[in-house]
Amino acid sequence: MDAIGSIGVVETRQWCFAEPPDELKLRSGASIGPVDVAYETYGELTPERDNAVLICHALSGDAHVAGRHSPDDPKAGWWDVMIGPGKGIDTDRYFVICSNCIGGCKGSTGPSSINPATGRPYGLDFPMVTMQDMVKVQHALVKEHLGVDRLLCVTGGSMGGMQVLQWAIDYPEMVVSAIPIATTSRLSAQGIAFDEVGRQAIYGDPDWNNGDYHDGTPPARGLGVARMVGHITYLSDRSMREKFGRGLQDREEVGYDFGPPDFQVESYLRYKGDSFVARFDANSYLYITKAMDYFDLEADYGSLVNAFSGVRGRFLVISYTGDWLFPTYQSKEIVRALQANGVVTTFCELASDYGHDAFLLEDEQLAQVIREFLRHQQRSVREQRA
Amino acid sequence: MPVRLDYQLIEAYVEPGSNVLDLGCGDGTLLDQLVQEKGCTGLGVDSDLDQVHQCIARGVPVYHGDMLEAMGMFEERRFDCVVLSQTLQQTSEPDRVVQEMLRVGRRAIISLPNFGHWRVRLQLLLRGRMPVTGVLPYSWYETPNIHLLTIKDFFRFCREQGVHVLDTIYLSARYRSLPGFMANLFGSMAIFVVERAQEAGDGRQKPKDEE
Repeated sequence: MDAIGSIGVVETRQWCFAEPPDELKLRSGASIGPVDVAYETYGELTPERDNAVLICHALSGDAHVAGRHSPDDPKAGWWDVMIGPGKGIDTDRYFVICSNCIGGCKGSTGPSSINPATGRPYGLDFPMVTMQDMVKVQHALVKEHLGVDRLLCVTGGSMGGMQVLQWAIDYPEMVVSAIPIATTSRLSAQGIAFDEVGRQAIYGDPDWNNGDYHDGTPPARGLGVARMVGHITYLSDRSMREKFGRGLQDREEVGYDFGPPDFQVESYLRYKGDSFVARFDANSYLYITKAMDYFDLEADYGSLVNAFSGVRGRFLVISYTGDWLFPTYQSKEIVRALQANGVVTTFCELASDYGHDAFLLEDEQLAQVIREFLRHQQRSVREQRA
Repeated sequence: MPVRLDYQLIEAYVEPGSNVLDLGCGDGTLLDQLVQEKGCTGLGVDSDLDQVHQCIARGVPVYHGDMLEAMGMFEERRFDCVVLSQTLQQTSEPDRVVQEMLRVGRRAIISLPNFGHWRVRLQLLLRGRMPVTGVLPYSWYETPNIHLLTIKDFFRFCREQGVHVLDTIYLSARYRSLPGFMANLFGSMAIFVVERAQEAGDGRQKPKDEE
């Protein structure tokens, strides 16, 4: 039995491609280049190059999915509970890859990057990017830079799950298996609605200045409120009740004023908003939420069944009972369309009182399901070769 | 009835290389055997998360959810064979379940505990209480068996539903094979292989539904 633990100290690396004139062509028709990609890898790629697992991050994620950036780094990567020696995605077995999406702000080219044409940050001159574009950049990284032709698995939750679906559609020959978690084939009206509230909070912040704030103060207030709204959608009535109830924050009774927060839940959301502002770019938030809003496989391919017509890999689709942002019925729609195409698909609805964020929490049932599924994929790949 | 014996008998009715839907698949044992030993492909369905975990651990593809909902995903004749082992009496709409099985599958294999067994009859008659037996081990208040039936009931049901019975196996409480005329009184369990009546081939011998 392997020791379960942290992958240890890791580093984010950079790769640059699409140097002009070979710019990256985006779905919108625009081109962009050069494109920086921030990525991390853990574990060893086998000589047969058959053990690569690609992780796709969600809205606020980045390439730093596991481990720590220094021995005294207080914060581990965003899915450290899942990835490491002996964990659900075992770095002793698999070569794990994760990159920051295009449009992001954690090392990959996005609206806060310098526009080579002007020498200033892109701001709103940054072209609109889609899930397809994000996947296209990951594909270039995996294939051209890392020399991996087949991915044993592509997995991710929420927006990461959208990318998993897009991967299986755009590069079916490369995807041996796929695990989309707590995701959808097209963002619901409710999902778009919450994204729009977040964007309006940013637009309404005078510091936003139409996206041109790089010489002044960033729109911290707007981005903070956007994050607060977003965070509510990742929780659930039950998890908030259990975590905070009506508990008061550093006081014995309510203040009957508009000063410091009365309730713990207010204080928590303010903290979440403030800490997000310190690590995230407001324009990236706008671009990435737009990319999620535009994601609609049915519209893109006529029908979801049609969208999956070329898919070859095996699927494990996972949803959570407590997720009201990407509810189970949306995962079942994916399963139904995959089954209609004869794709070997397992569907599993995990029980959780938490909301959409459940997949990011320490959850042995998710780890176990992923661990077993991956083992079978690896075994069948090796049997096929033998 | 040991589950394994039930599976063994069911397995014998599944053609090699078939595409099989196993409703209430449990831990995936039957499908796993069919894949390993008969080169079948298939999908399990179970509403119990722990069982679904077991299927994933075995590498058996599984749908976690309701069986009617699961069958609703599929077009007609998607499967060569649909299996329902010891579960029909636990479903809330057995008639819809059987009709759906024969819509998505060419054939269905259904195994049942027989409520017509003499011990069951005697318990109710003499003791005046709900029967509790080896294949029906639950008290009335905790039983998942909400639609109990006898072998005779099943034949009648098939006639009414336009379902043709291709083959049967009747087993005693000691798992001995029984002839049809004794089945409803002495059989504790039955396995039926059925298909839609309009597809019944000619010249097949019709099993007798006698007591």
